[in-house]
Amino acid sequence: METIWFLLVAVMLAVYLVLDGFDIGAGILHLVIARTDAERRLVLKTIGPVWDGNEVWLIAAGGTLYFAFPLLYASGFSGFYLSLTIVLWLLVLRGIGIEFRTHVDSDVWGGLFDGLFACSSVLLAVFYGAALANVLRGVPLQADHFFFEPLWTNWRPGPQPGILDWYTVVGGATALVALTIHGAAYVALKTSGPVNQRARRVAVMLWPALLAATAFSLIATIAVRPRLLDNFIAHPSALVIPIVVACALIGILVFLRRGDARLAFISSALFLAAMLAGAATAQYPVLLPATVDPRLDLTVYNAAAGSHALRVGLVWWTGGMVLAVVYTVFVYRMFRGKVDQRLPEAS
Amino acid sequence: MDEALLIHRLQFGFTITFHYLFPQLTMGLAPLIVVLKTLALLRRDERCNEAARFWARIFGINFTLGVVTGIPMEFQIGTNWSQFARQTGGVIGQPLVMEGVFSFFLESAFLGLFVFGEGRLSKWGHWWTAVAMFAGSWLSGFFIIVTDAWMQHPVAYTRLPDGGFDVASFWGLLFNPWAWIQYAHNMCGALITGAFVMAATGAYYLLDRSFDAHARIFLQVGVVAGFVASIAQIFPTGDLHGRYMARHQPVTTAAMEGLFKSEAGAPIVILGQPDAEHQRIDNPIVVNRALSFLIYGTTTAEVKGLNEFPRENWPTNIPLLYFAYHIMAGLGTLFVLVMAGATWLLWRGRLFESRWMLWIIMLAVPFPYIANTAGWMTAELGRQPWLVYGLMRTAVGSSPHVNAANGLFTLLGFMGLYAVLAMLFLFLIQHELARGPAVATA
Repeated sequence: METIWFLLVAVMLAVYLVLDGFDIGAGILHLVIARTDAERRLVLKTIGPVWDGNEVWLIAAGGTLYFAFPLLYASGFSGFYLSLTIVLWLLVLRGIGIEFRTHVDSDVWGGLFDGLFACSSVLLAVFYGAALANVLRGVPLQADHFFFEPLWTNWRPGPQPGILDWYTVVGGATALVALTIHGAAYVALKTSGPVNQRARRVAVMLWPALLAATAFSLIATIAVRPRLLDNFIAHPSALVIPIVVACALIGILVFLRRGDARLAFISSALFLAAMLAGAATAQYPVLLPATVDPRLDLTVYNAAAGSHALRVGLVWWTGGMVLAVVYTVFVYRMFRGKVDQRLPEAS
Repeated sequence: MDEALLIHRLQFGFTITFHYLFPQLTMGLAPLIVVLKTLALLRRDERCNEAARFWARIFGINFTLGVVTGIPMEFQIGTNWSQFARQTGGVIGQPLVMEGVFSFFLESAFLGLFVFGEGRLSKWGHWWTAVAMFAGSWLSGFFIIVTDAWMQHPVAYTRLPDGGFDVASFWGLLFNPWAWIQYAHNMCGALITGAFVMAATGAYYLLDRSFDAHARIFLQVGVVAGFVASIAQIFPTGDLHGRYMARHQPVTTAAMEGLFKSEAGAPIVILGQPDAEHQRIDNPIVVNRALSFLIYGTTTAEVKGLNEFPRENWPTNIPLLYFAYHIMAGLGTLFVLVMAGATWLLWRGRLFESRWMLWIIMLAVPFPYIANTAGWMTAELGRQPWLVYGLMRTAVGSSPHVNAANGLFTLLGFMGLYAVLAMLFLFLIQHELARGPAVATA
């Protein structure tokens, strides 16, 4: 039962990463690929009807974590207190950056919210990458299952690390590049004209950086926490995940070159999902490793909620997710195709 | 109270008070937008569609702020109240996730369709998106109330060996009687806010002699809805809530009413300041025997005063609780008077010319927000000193390793950020009011 919930939370986070990932990516590129007011409105219109629904996956995943693994939720969220609160502020600023821009027709107003949208998107990507890296590296869990991590200590992943050290910064940089390319592929898919061309050009240009970051973060992860290889050694069939990562990585470049934005976007979505799947596979059954003593690790067994709660939860969760997927598919179908620049603005 | 605990409480209290300014309006407006869309179809009146679009824009601004200030609420349970989160996840984690999967997906998907999709949908298709938005926003309120109701009146749980809570009956959790009573009372409150805001906007436009035709629609819908909701707010929902509370949280009722000593034929205090030190009400204006009658239906029944309960179980801040409750109840009574007067004038066909009444309606707009806020303060201050009533004290729920300095850092950050949000909000609302409902936007 605990393992099922581990899988479900991982799937929800992957869906969140793929969906909100592209609108964060669009935000990172916003100032670069869209120069004029009309172009910026165009970029916003590609994500306008969907970004909010994408973010609901974060709320739902967070809630599921609280419900299925209360101890992990409690320990992780209070331990990452400072970075999590900053992430919340960034989500606030980014939300209003997207939604409030179109209400007022003014260069100053537009410029302010374009800037907010772009900066908060960049920082969110970095923080998400760093967060995942923290979870892989481990945190200084104490005997009471709680901990508190400062933003940084000596920038080294030792027994008393900070949220930011060289390893988690590498994770942040990798996420930044990956989400930028993901967003570029999405914008290319939804637009035509100069914005489309610039998006594709940026993605192709950044591809070598993604390759380097992926390879380097893989090596760094193994160096920082060799235990993460155990599951792959015990179950060699899991090696299919890194193969998928590699294929998706190549697919991104090949399809971008060919000008097939749809397959490039699917490749980058697959890349993100496979990276997360790889991390989850390496971690299992550990949820949050302890840097000081592996006996203090939070695992799916010691952090799970009561058994009855997990059983009844599975029933409504399944029904609810079917509905959620139906709405999501419905909205994306309604707004399928390229965004038309001539359509009147809605706010 | 130690300093870190106070800061955790202040931060949650501040962020949730600010947050709820927005959902109360979206939940109140959502059914009124459905009414406007229905009127547009029945009367074949394009102005009703324009009115619906105008209110959807106001809804959208409030929805955005509700979403962005709402995400911190869920996450603060983990960041600031980790010991509480650890023990209660299996129970109230459920309604919180259900809010996400059953209502947020619905609401966000159909708000997108409502705003961006009018050109792509049929008239009835667009009407259905309004209904789905309404359902989504009201479901969301329901799941939050289920969560709060379990903290107020824990039911359907078992204890785990490590002290945590497991859910014993899923339906028992959802059908907690406290939740249904509180939900009815709360949704009437939201409807009052929505109705007053709509009516006040209509009154403003009439007084300003702009958008005359739309203003009349706003007033008709707002005044009628406000009249119905403000009556239902007192009876039956407020009455039921008060009596249920007197039975299950008698010490809270005593503190709310400022009843320091048990009394048969207890009076109700209309005005006066509670003096906790001398255990009396200063400057009292009371109605004799009324409290006994309201709670038990007879003028002679005994109502338990604070003296019956051990001091460590008294609500932590009795004067604030007392004032919050009295502000809520006093304003609730005024709402009935204002809306009854306005409805009578509307029925007689004189409302649009009665400028004095339009002034009253327009100037009344802050008060539903104050009353809703005071109502929630009554509920949550009344729950103190407990997080889970009778089972888990507030003092043992906060995060053990988040110290006062880090808490203060984020509290100040939230205050600064939300001050900016408030300014942007007022500016945007003013902008939309000036633009008005007659502008065609798709």
